[in-house]
Amino acid sequence: MDSTHSADSHHLIPYRAYVAVWLALVSLTGVTVGVSYLDLKHAAILVAVVIATVKCVLVILYFMHIRYERPVFTWILVTGFGSFGIFLLLTFADYFYR
Amino acid sequence: MSGSAAIPDDAGHPVPDAHPGHHDIMPYDPVGARMGMWLFLLTELLLFGAMFIAFCMYYIQHGWRFSLGSQELSTAMGGANTLVLLTSSLTMALAIAAMQRRNTRLSQQLMNATIVCAVGFLVVKAFEWGGKFAHGLYPTSDHMAELSQGEQIFYSLYFVMTGFHALHVIIGGVLILWVKRRVTKGLVTTDRLVMMENVGLYWHLVDLVWIFLFPLFYLIG
Amino acid sequence: MSSADTAPALPKLSYLNEQKGLKSWLTTVDHKRIGIMYLVMILIFFVVAMLLGLAMRLELLHSGKQFMEGTTYNTVMTLHGVIMIFLFIIPGIPAVFGNFFLPIMIGANDVLFPRLNLASWYFYMAGAVLALISVALGGVDTGWTFYVPYSGATDANLLIPLLAAFLLGWSSILTGINFVATVHRLRTPSMGWFDMPLFVWGLYATAWIAIIATPVVGITLVLVLIERFMGIGIFDAAKGGDPILFQHLFWIYSHPAVYVMVLPAMGVVSEIIPVFSRKRIFGYKFIAISSLLIAGIGSLVWAHHMNTSGMANWGRVLFSFLTFLVSVPSAVKVFNWLATLYKGSIKVDPPLLFAFAFLFLFSIGGFTGLTHASLSTDIHIHDTSYVVAHFHYTMFGGVGTMFFGAMYFWFPKMFGRMYKRSTAFVGITLFFIGFNCLYIPLFLAGLNGMPRRYADYLPEYASYHAWSTVGSWILAAGILTMCVNLLQGVRKGKPAGPNPWGGSTLDCDVPSPPPTHQFEHVPEMTHGPYDYHHHTTEEVTA
Repeated sequence: MDSTHSADSHHLIPYRAYVAVWLALVSLTGVTVGVSYLDLKHAAILVAVVIATVKCVLVILYFMHIRYERPVFTWILVTGFGSFGIFLLLTFADYFYR
Repeated sequence: MSGSAAIPDDAGHPVPDAHPGHHDIMPYDPVGARMGMWLFLLTELLLFGAMFIAFCMYYIQHGWRFSLGSQELSTAMGGANTLVLLTSSLTMALAIAAMQRRNTRLSQQLMNATIVCAVGFLVVKAFEWGGKFAHGLYPTSDHMAELSQGEQIFYSLYFVMTGFHALHVIIGGVLILWVKRRVTKGLVTTDRLVMMENVGLYWHLVDLVWIFLFPLFYLIG
Repeated sequence: MSSADTAPALPKLSYLNEQKGLKSWLTTVDHKRIGIMYLVMILIFFVVAMLLGLAMRLELLHSGKQFMEGTTYNTVMTLHGVIMIFLFIIPGIPAVFGNFFLPIMIGANDVLFPRLNLASWYFYMAGAVLALISVALGGVDTGWTFYVPYSGATDANLLIPLLAAFLLGWSSILTGINFVATVHRLRTPSMGWFDMPLFVWGLYATAWIAIIATPVVGITLVLVLIERFMGIGIFDAAKGGDPILFQHLFWIYSHPAVYVMVLPAMGVVSEIIPVFSRKRIFGYKFIAISSLLIAGIGSLVWAHHMNTSGMANWGRVLFSFLTFLVSVPSAVKVFNWLATLYKGSIKVDPPLLFAFAFLFLFSIGGFTGLTHASLSTDIHIHDTSYVVAHFHYTMFGGVGTMFFGAMYFWFPKMFGRMYKRSTAFVGITLFFIGFNCLYIPLFLAGLNGMPRRYADYLPEYASYHAWSTVGSWILAAGILTMCVNLLQGVRKGKPAGPNPWGGSTLDCDVPSPPPTHQFEHVPEMTHGPYDYHHHTTEEVTA
């Protein structure tokens, strides 16, 4: 399914593709639990968030079909997540320097 | 790619309805409906996002006391619930895939499985909260008042955020039940699937939120 | 459907009378009827809040107590703010004129989700009713900002007003979703993104802010409720919370909210100015993009409301810089409007005068905003009546003026009739004089240290307040004249014909008032929204 953002989004995705994504998600959950037993101090929360973001992207791309939707859907998502990221960063600007 | 021609009405740009008298019924536009759903999901995202912002800022202020609070939470229960929700997301995605292949029977079974997962999640959650209450760890309790401010705010956020999430699990479960009835009645079919797809999107969002809640609350100890 | 009819007559059937009875209105999914329903409610609330404002001004006519206790004044002030912000300005232009004209301007027969559109109206009504109930229960004294810790401690009943704000937020979110999806999906096929009228661009940018930012304040208000009624500490400093975080989350929405209010108003100006200067708008793309830029940058400046709240210094510097930045796209728009007027064939009709009033008042509002953006001056004028004046210049002088400007511009299309031209001039003149007389003294008083939100003042501020109160009477007279003129126009104005101003957007091609089903066929874009050369001379002068 190489880069075919065709007009209609109803590609029939094989069942096993969904199962493969699920397996990836479960293993990432294992990784994030495993990593939490290492003593990473404050880096722990960063690692946890990075792994969670990877899982989140997998769910959005495959379970939520964004990979097979038109590009405009991606832009909508980028706008939403981007705004959230900016809100977060700018609020940091206060709390980090207080 | 093979069955993409199955739903022809998904492709075209919707044209304004040219039949006077049917003013209230806009043409079936699954792309538009999904777009509306995604825009709605953005609002849900920002709703939880505001609480995540609160979590991050309080983490900066209270740091290691959050870790103290996190150590009290059961990684086993949280992890189990993560698996349950991931699995429910899989079954919901498969349920839609089954409908696309006109396999209504399989789709209904998969939706049942999703609902079972949702109930299972809530049961585990109830035990978890019950345990905290039994130890006097709940807002306004005397025990809470003795803890450090960092732990207090950690537990407050824990109850509020997992509470809101549980509320979304309940709503999502009810929506799946509702869409299953519509499938049974033949109101949602392979050719008019968008309602079910949107419910699926909602359910995955519930999963997404949990994917972040789990490590932030349970794994920073 | 030519616009050259010499004696236009009202069409027999229109959206106004194709169905009859109250029930047909309350259950309608027609975007035009929903727009009218918003209009009626919004005007009622506007008049109520205006009377409250007049009462406040009357109390401030002389120093000392006139007829209101301090607590009563606080309640009246909160109510004036809540109604004006949540029930008038935020929904104002998008809900009334957006609903009515967005589908028509892009060649659609309705919004993409008509039932959701009706649901938005009911959310609005539910919020409005709750807001009124809260008044009956004794009102709120927190100001419209509901700041913690006071909102956690006050004896006033906060449950109902906060729920009201929450529901109103959902109303605007649902309208936003509807508008974005409609613009994406229902533009007539021959209309590209840069063929859209600029009003539609303004609404599109606005809708995005509503979708992205409203949920943040929604959940924040709910968190305050949870804190109040369940004892869970979120913002309570005694329980490890941070009251300043509430201010962050509150302003993450509430600052962009002023762009929710002003962007559609700017859109209306962009429609009016080219029509009455008979000249294609200057820098179409710049105006369209600047709408998006204002929405984007405007979402990054919220913390300038918190300069005296105890934020970190670096944070304040950063937000100060960003605040200066947002004035750039706003200025781009103003320059483009002026360039459109330059060497245009200007015809002075009431809508254009409103646009001029907007340019004047909003520019003052914008410039005085820059003094807030720069940190050192802001510390001096923070929480003084200077802020009140600045806010009213942008919101009332900007958005409020253009709400009436849009009324006077599109009234003939909405009701098929024309108001009295001479009376309109009288109304605008009174409005403009009264407005400046009301708010300029507040600038001066604020610079000299008059704090905002006070029911009383020291004698040295007496003359400012006296002028200001007199101004409020002139302003009220102007608004009364404008409203009466429109009400008379609805009943016995002359039929206006489909294109009274000689516009070029798609709404000029449908009858006035439009039928329920405005486009029998998919409309073709034969010319751009600001191409006037295809009109014959007779059409233009008609």
